[in-house]
Amino acid sequence: MPSPTLKNKDYDYMVKKATPNTKSAKNISAAFLVGGAICALGELMGYLYREKVGLPEDIVPTAVSITLVGLSILLTALNVYDNLAKFAGAGTLVPITGFANAMSSAALEFKSEGLVLGVGAKMFIIAGPVIVYGVVASVLYGLVIFALGLY
Amino acid sequence: MLLVQLLKAFVVGGIICAIGQVLIDYTKLTPARILVSFVVLGVVLGGIGLYQPLIDFAGSGASVPLLGFGALLARGVREAMAEKGLLGALSGGLTATAAGITAAMVLSMLAALIFKPGDKS
Repeated sequence: MPSPTLKNKDYDYMVKKATPNTKSAKNISAAFLVGGAICALGELMGYLYREKVGLPEDIVPTAVSITLVGLSILLTALNVYDNLAKFAGAGTLVPITGFANAMSSAALEFKSEGLVLGVGAKMFIIAGPVIVYGVVASVLYGLVIFALGLY
Repeated sequence: MLLVQLLKAFVVGGIICAIGQVLIDYTKLTPARILVSFVVLGVVLGGIGLYQPLIDFAGSGASVPLLGFGALLARGVREAMAEKGLLGALSGGLTATAAGITAAMVLSMLAALIFKPGDKS
């Protein structure tokens, strides 16, 4: 049996693996720029909702979240968000748009497994744990401030 | 004024995302674990009152990252408990975040019904 030969592609991969510092510096700046841009876009929407649409102050953050979620899901469906994510890494993962992308990309990907156990269930493959641990942590927090009489 | 506000959101949001990237590059944490960690950390920071000042400073720069989602869960619990006592600990979190989660659910469903999955190349 011939031994597996090293292809150019494999070699490129090994080189990439062997130079984590420059790669990481690039990744971190990409995450900073794209993540920052998404947040700045949210801030701009907030300004428009507050000043131009005249939404009440307490509604504005929710309206911004919903708009970003909608935009992210549309871009996911058009296959734009996932390509951006390849470049931006955590920059597209950490904002609320990443949460929406995780839901919609799973919903789309598992459409072939049916509307109930495919779309309905797989939508929560990443969003589910986020909601579960977030809610559990918030209930624990509630119990702590109840015990301390701080609420 | 608007420009300063946008710049603050950009820098603070960017830094939070860059921290996420550091975790991806230098730890074995998967993206799902990072998201879970950010939300739980957001609950803790929001709970002890450290996150609201950051939201006051950076607006969407702090509220759009998932840390803000966690902080919103904690705030929902605190506000609901002020009204309903202990029951608020159970109802407050999801009530405060319901609009965002529901929007993501409904629109993801809609996207799955309308669009075909794109190729993953």
